[in-house]
Amino acid sequence: MYVNGQQIILTDEISLQEFLQKEGYDTQKVAVEKNGGIVPKTLFHEEKLADSDKLEIVSFVGGG
Amino acid sequence: MMQKEKRYDEIVSRNVPGIQDKLSNGKVAVAGLGGLGSNIAVMLARVGVGNLLLVDFDKVEPGNLNRQHYNTAHLGMYKTDALKKQIELINPYIRIETHALKITEENAAEVFEGYPIICEAFDNAENKALLVNALLEEGRKKIVAASGMNGLGSANKIRTKRKFRNLYLCGDSAAPAEEGIGFMAPRVIVCAGHQANMVLRLLTGEEEV
Repeated sequence: MYVNGQQIILTDEISLQEFLQKEGYDTQKVAVEKNGGIVPKTLFHEEKLADSDKLEIVSFVGGG
Repeated sequence: MMQKEKRYDEIVSRNVPGIQDKLSNGKVAVAGLGGLGSNIAVMLARVGVGNLLLVDFDKVEPGNLNRQHYNTAHLGMYKTDALKKQIELINPYIRIETHALKITEENAAEVFEGYPIICEAFDNAENKALLVNALLEEGRKKIVAASGMNGLGSANKIRTKRKFRNLYLCGDSAAPAEEGIGFMAPRVIVCAGHQANMVLRLLTGEEEV
C-alpha cells in the first residue's frame, strides 16, 4: 500500500480507523483520500484497507 | 463609460492583463477571518475578485492585531463586519456576503452553497478537518486549506501542495508536536499569500500548484 507516496507493507486486514490510530494520527484532525476519492469520516471504521490501495492523509495542525 | 466602471478599471489597472473578467465573476468563500482569512480576503478584494463570502463567529480582540487585518478601531466588532468595512474602502465594487456563525457538519453545505472555491482559514485543527471533510464529501468544491505557519522558521518552508484532487494545502507541513509556539505576522501572511495566489490560479483555469 502507498501512504502519502511511501510504500507500506500490509500484513493483516485492517480498517482505516485502526490504521490511522496505529500510525499515531488523531482521527479528529485528518482528511483521507483513498484511490482518488475522499473517505467520509463516518466510514473510517468500516473502510478496509488492501495492499493495492493508495492513501493520501492530510493531518492538520492548528493556527490561522 | 460610467464613473463606477472607470474607477473599477483604474483600481485593477496594474493587474495581470487579460484575466479581469474571470476575477470579477469569481465567487470565493473565506472560512475563518483570523490571520489567514482576513489577509486572504483583503488580497482577493484588491485584485477585484467580484464576489466574496466572509464567515467567522468571532469578534476582534487586541491579541488579533499582531497578524490579522484589523486595527484598534475594530476592537469588539464582529470580524465579518470589520472586514467588510475595510474591503468597501479598498474596492467598493466587490459584492460581499457575510455570516457571523460557527460552521458545523450540519450547516457547512448550506453556508457555502454557490461558492465553488473555499479558503479554509480556521485556527483550530479539528475545525479545519471538519470543514474540509464536510465540503469534500459534497464533491463539487475546490478547497485551499492551510496547516503549519507558526513560529519563526524559514519562510521558504511554506509551500502550496495539491494533496487531493480538490484539496490544496498551504503551509510548512509541521508535525502536530510543533503546535502552539506562537504566531507572527510574516509567516502567517506568507501562508495567506500562498492561499490567495492558488485561488487566483484556480479562477483563471490553472489547477496545478
